[in-house]
Amino acid sequence: MLTASRTSGRGAARRRALTAQAVFTGPGLIYITLFMSIPVLLVLVYSFFERGRFGGITWNFTLDNYARVLEPVYLNVFGDSLVIAGVTTIIALAIGYPTAYAIARLPTQWRSIALVMVVLPFWTNFLIRTYAWIVLLNSEGPINSSLVDLGVISAPIGMLYTPGAVIAGLTYAYLPLVILPVYASVERLDRQLLEAASNLGASRARVFLDVTLPLTLPGAMIGAIFVFVPSLGNFVVPELLGGGKTVMVGNLIRDQFLEARDWPFGAVLALLVIALLVFLFAMQAMIARRINGISRA
Amino acid sequence: MRSLGWLRLPLIGAFTFLYIPIAVLVVMSFNASKVPFVWTGFSTRWYGELASNDLIREGLINTLIVAVGATVLATILGTLIAIGVARYVRSSVLEAYSLAPAIIPDLVLAIGLLAFFSLVGVTLSLFSVLLAHVVFGMAFVAAVVIARLGQTDPSLEEASRDLGASAVATFIRVTLPSLGPAILAGALLVFTLSIDEFVVAFFTDGPSTPTLPIVIYSMVRFGVTPEINALATLLLLVSFTIVISAQRITRLTDAV
Amino acid sequence: MTSTTVDPGDAREILLSVSSVSKAYGPVRALDDVSLEIWRNEFFALLGPSGCGKTTLLRAIAGFEDLDGGSITIMSGEGPDAASDDLLALPPNKRPVNLMFQSYALFPHMSVRKNIAYGLEREGVARAEVAARVSEVLATVGLEDKASSRPAQLSGGQKQRVALARAIVKRPRLLLLDEPLSALDRKVRAEMQIELKRLQSEVGITFVVVTHDQEEAMSMADRIAVMDGGRVQQVADPVTLYGQPANVFVAGFIGSGTLIPGVIDGAGLRALGRHIPIADTRGLAGAAVLMLRPEQVRLVDSGEIALLDGEVVETHFYGGSSTTSIRVAGLDNPVIASQPGAPVHLVGERVGITWDSSSSVLLAVGP
Repeated sequence: MLTASRTSGRGAARRRALTAQAVFTGPGLIYITLFMSIPVLLVLVYSFFERGRFGGITWNFTLDNYARVLEPVYLNVFGDSLVIAGVTTIIALAIGYPTAYAIARLPTQWRSIALVMVVLPFWTNFLIRTYAWIVLLNSEGPINSSLVDLGVISAPIGMLYTPGAVIAGLTYAYLPLVILPVYASVERLDRQLLEAASNLGASRARVFLDVTLPLTLPGAMIGAIFVFVPSLGNFVVPELLGGGKTVMVGNLIRDQFLEARDWPFGAVLALLVIALLVFLFAMQAMIARRINGISRA
Repeated sequence: MRSLGWLRLPLIGAFTFLYIPIAVLVVMSFNASKVPFVWTGFSTRWYGELASNDLIREGLINTLIVAVGATVLATILGTLIAIGVARYVRSSVLEAYSLAPAIIPDLVLAIGLLAFFSLVGVTLSLFSVLLAHVVFGMAFVAAVVIARLGQTDPSLEEASRDLGASAVATFIRVTLPSLGPAILAGALLVFTLSIDEFVVAFFTDGPSTPTLPIVIYSMVRFGVTPEINALATLLLLVSFTIVISAQRITRLTDAV
Repeated sequence: MTSTTVDPGDAREILLSVSSVSKAYGPVRALDDVSLEIWRNEFFALLGPSGCGKTTLLRAIAGFEDLDGGSITIMSGEGPDAASDDLLALPPNKRPVNLMFQSYALFPHMSVRKNIAYGLEREGVARAEVAARVSEVLATVGLEDKASSRPAQLSGGQKQRVALARAIVKRPRLLLLDEPLSALDRKVRAEMQIELKRLQSEVGITFVVVTHDQEEAMSMADRIAVMDGGRVQQVADPVTLYGQPANVFVAGFIGSGTLIPGVIDGAGLRALGRHIPIADTRGLAGAAVLMLRPEQVRLVDSGEIALLDGEVVETHFYGGSSTTSIRVAGLDNPVIASQPGAPVHLVGERVGITWDSSSSVLLAVGP
């Protein structure tokens, strides 16, 4: 007589499949939700409430925090941050795009070495990398000393504690993050497209403008986002290299949470950064789809 | 290199830009003079002074505790979720979710966790830092393992089941061995990340148990000192070694 | 579907002249002293197995491979104004030669119309004329309604037509096609073969097709160059290639059949332990190979007079015709005979094999 067995048959197979899914994805999912999603949601929630007396919040709903963002003082900080992050991004792209392109043209065995060398500084201590610039830009540092010795200038220039120093430090920190996505998209480029364009009459410059540039644009945009957003949220570089004279959004957020203890306001600022990140990613995805001709039609 | 033509310029320029600051630090660490930038001779005294610096030693121990613990947990969680995403659930939304902790700006994660820990009543300590490091560490491990799984053939596991092995046996005898190098590389990357991580640690650490980056931060705020140069050089050496090892391991994987 | 044999009395104009061209990759000779001529307005095919050098030659003509030695010249102008240009001296974007890539290489970020217009725009052609010519060629390939679509939205056959249109619209003197039909499925392939032939005669451009598929080459081309190991084995029209292959390689590559090795012995071939009479020994001596096409082979009942005998090992019925394979002692491969209708002899039967000795072809040994 056939009895329905609990360990065989279609029902059991489905149960086994579900168990496998749960076993593998469950722990990680729970962990991420607990230690990333909920904290971020918490920040969202906090932004709608008033600050508590000793930090934390009091549960009085208010939109004042959002209104405060529009005050001129803070708008200035945003403006400065966007400018500095923007200039950093442009410089990083200007250096990073040609570098990535050059690496993609190297013979295969040199390519992986070059990539490792690009990435290596990124995996070292961020503070140390920033500290290195303090050493470099110092009025008694190597740059100034060499310039004085060479007779180019008569007295050391105050390079440290300027917006320029902040830009240099930020570019240095995030340059590898531009090179990698650009390299990936250049490497993926179908060489035959370049040959086709050439065969149809395009000069080398035109091949670059008409084919290479548009098709590597999505990758370059990812690189740009990877520089722009972290630059906005960075507080170490403006503090150490800017000497506190350059205040960026990152510094503001850090101050609200650790000094002023105005968590709700800090939360609003953080949310703005996230919103910007999401917005930029969405734009990048849209442009990438348009370029590759994939549409929902 | 010749075929690159004028492209050689930005290439060399970029590498110079990336490595000159590092080179300066390394050179300075061997400067005998107490006054930085004035070279008086070769000396390793600052390395010696490092060794006797209690604060630094304490920071190092704290950092290692966090790094080792975070690496173990992150590797396990990251590997599991990577296998789940690549072999079992196959949803791009889930994949994006498992990689999200690596993309989210560290400052946002830091303040979120600070708020969360204080709400839940967790006292800030090395343990809270560890918990924080695990969440983005696992995303990095997941990224490496997912990439590796994308290269390997899922029919190997199906063949194993077809030949009679149970799911557990297949996992242990077929899946894990081919993933070994990727998991190891991921673990090394998490370890390096954790040792160097500053922002999240800064917000989630307790005041009496600073990690090494936090110690460095307070030292650097006061200015340039020779010990920091020496410490920096050592840390660079450690990071370089780890990253190159991880790279070697994943390249061995490519050959498989 | 073979094209008509070219009448040697026609004064065909030479368009492209390849002379002693060589290219090596390290120890591998991709092209070894290759010479051939391509005539104006013909449909020419470079045929051979992978690695034979056909693609290398194609890319060299297009300008994407540098040659180690030799020259390639192309005629420009007509009649008394005709001049011979050194093709190799021109950079790839300046050659009057267009290439249709095997993977089509359509620009994904441009519409079909822009893809086709691209070449004309690079020439500096006026806007109005560009638009007119693009519309005209879209009509020729039957894709007017897809003008605004992107390559990602097209089927394989449609992409190929765009790639073709993009090359044709520039009215090149020579159009090179790299394995044009390999990416298509069978039904579309048959249609495209007819399309390509029609287009070629309608547009009046010289086509050079690279392919490894001998049926394709035989059905489309006016003349075919069979290549192997970097060398040209034979250049001829399909009928000649089939009936009078120059050597064993060509005989084996084109069509199917049986090759019987032996030694020339008076007015015949000594093979398989017997003397096989051959009408035309073509002045060959020593080792030689007899080629038998399946339709030349006649099967007779065992016991009747025959040149060879053996046992039937396989039969295949194709509806209108069938083939019978006979294992003959001393031959590695079975002799293949084809006949109209159903197979007469069954598997296991002993049969006699005979053929008309005046139609058998003798080949020299070795390429």
